[in-house]
Amino acid sequence: MSELLLPPEHRYARIIKEKLNEDGSELSILNLGPTHPATHGIFQNILLMDGERILEAEPTIGYIHRAFEKIAENRPFYQITPLTDRMNYCSSPINNMGWWMTLEKLLNIEVPKRAQYLRVIVMELARITDHIICNSILGVDTGAYTGFLYVFQFREKVYEIYEEICGARLTTNMGRIGGFERDWSPEAFRKLDVFLEEFPAAWKEFENLFERNRIFIDRTVNVGAITAEQAMSYGFTGPNLRAAGVDYDVRVAQPYSSYEDFDFIVPVGKSGDTYDRFCVRNAEVWESLSIIRQALEKMPAGNDYHAEVPDYYLPPKEDVYTNMESLIYHFKIVMGEVPVPVAEIYHPVEGGNGELGFYLVTDGSRTPYRLHFRRPCFIYYQAYPEMIKGALLSDAIVILSSLNVIAGELDA
Amino acid sequence: MAVENNDIQEKLTATFGEAVSNFHQDRDIFTLEITADVNTAVILFLKNDPALRFHFLTDLCGVHYPKNTVDRQFAIVYHIHNWYDNKRIKIKAFINGDKPEIKSISKIFLSSNWMERETYDFYGVNFIGHPQLKRILNMDEMISFPMRKEFPLEDGGRTDKDDRFFGRTVDNC
Repeated sequence: MSELLLPPEHRYARIIKEKLNEDGSELSILNLGPTHPATHGIFQNILLMDGERILEAEPTIGYIHRAFEKIAENRPFYQITPLTDRMNYCSSPINNMGWWMTLEKLLNIEVPKRAQYLRVIVMELARITDHIICNSILGVDTGAYTGFLYVFQFREKVYEIYEEICGARLTTNMGRIGGFERDWSPEAFRKLDVFLEEFPAAWKEFENLFERNRIFIDRTVNVGAITAEQAMSYGFTGPNLRAAGVDYDVRVAQPYSSYEDFDFIVPVGKSGDTYDRFCVRNAEVWESLSIIRQALEKMPAGNDYHAEVPDYYLPPKEDVYTNMESLIYHFKIVMGEVPVPVAEIYHPVEGGNGELGFYLVTDGSRTPYRLHFRRPCFIYYQAYPEMIKGALLSDAIVILSSLNVIAGELDA
Repeated sequence: MAVENNDIQEKLTATFGEAVSNFHQDRDIFTLEITADVNTAVILFLKNDPALRFHFLTDLCGVHYPKNTVDRQFAIVYHIHNWYDNKRIKIKAFINGDKPEIKSISKIFLSSNWMERETYDFYGVNFIGHPQLKRILNMDEMISFPMRKEFPLEDGGRTDKDDRFFGRTVDNC
């Protein structure tokens, strides 16, 4: 059967022929993916198996590669935000804000404090949704469907908040250079208050359901463990690294968007296994909630929601129809005819999965000369074959979902 | 004690002499240029030096500069980070456009494995010593290297889009 699935020269086929177990059983090949409900995305792994044990794995990626870096070289800066949405689509506002902050660094734009705080709120909401998805799906993969159903409605509530802010839900395309496209409506703040009111109880219950659950602990403790040294060498960042015990967080190391104004701890795990990754994400949700509360409390008065940068910030639509100057600015911005300095910028933000970096090279024209996304998923997914070596097939599924590999970010 | 730009510059010049050059602070990141043949030595030195400790490879990517002279047409850009002192540096190595090749750093940082494959996939840069240098995001049958500037994004024969009306030229669109 295996000959039919793979070309005969595949090295696993050769290994199978050469290696026979003492009891006469032979190794086998299992093709996990590219599309399978348990992989939550398009990942192919060709596994060499001895019974239920995985001996070796060979991942193939790129099934949803959309050439964002090439497309970005042919688009003005405004049109690149929709591309960033589609990288980590579980937390697209973080990608959007990261991209705007890269441009603001390029253009030396100072964003008003209130807009920075609003950004912090929306980025932390995005982190919460990201962790909701990762942890509840991990529950589903271990056979606990209830928790998933229970917390998933809160992702919906967050999406309603996004909808109030920018009109979109999943791929948000939120914000502008210098701030937001419009001020947040009172309804957005009301929905945020309701969320802050209702979500903690649900999340507490979700935690209780899993953290001391015998079945869940048996399935996750010591599964897919990785040491801190290995994790750093493999380029891990974000919750997966922190689960191994390294407290690196871009929000603390290089604060952006006024993260230095807020008190929060960086939760770390110890063993770097699936259970620790789950717990780190759980703890991060509580920290995110606390950051959102602090931001609402400290929110400066007034209604600044963008910087005064007429060269880059679209004028109000009413003015475009009635005022010649606004019309000119509108046209110039939409067509990308805005002054751009020649520079090289690297800007990191703490994405849902780790350090999301934007390396931007400009040559003064309307498009980037080169834009490279440092995508955390792409970098740490290469440790996956190492992590599942010797594990059971069912563990491989659990490890994959605890790493939170998002196909869109993996392939860009 | 924080790592100072001067320390990095002095140590590297003392060890590698002419091969490291063009030290400058580029906005918030300290940048230097190296010749392609010393890339592994410089990165290993930065990683193992007890004072510098640049132990984390943040990013590796290529850039194509077709307008440069032929021996500087590709750049490999390394972003390396020292978490102990929270210091980032950027290292650029320019390589030949006709025969782009550079030594692989996959023995030093495991994370560079796929990043180098990605760079090979997009630019056709040959990383000498890479354990498995093959395409990663594009399909294996592809014969071109799509991130090179001469690779067109759209069909060049389209007549419904005339960029001249929008102040664009071949270079900036």
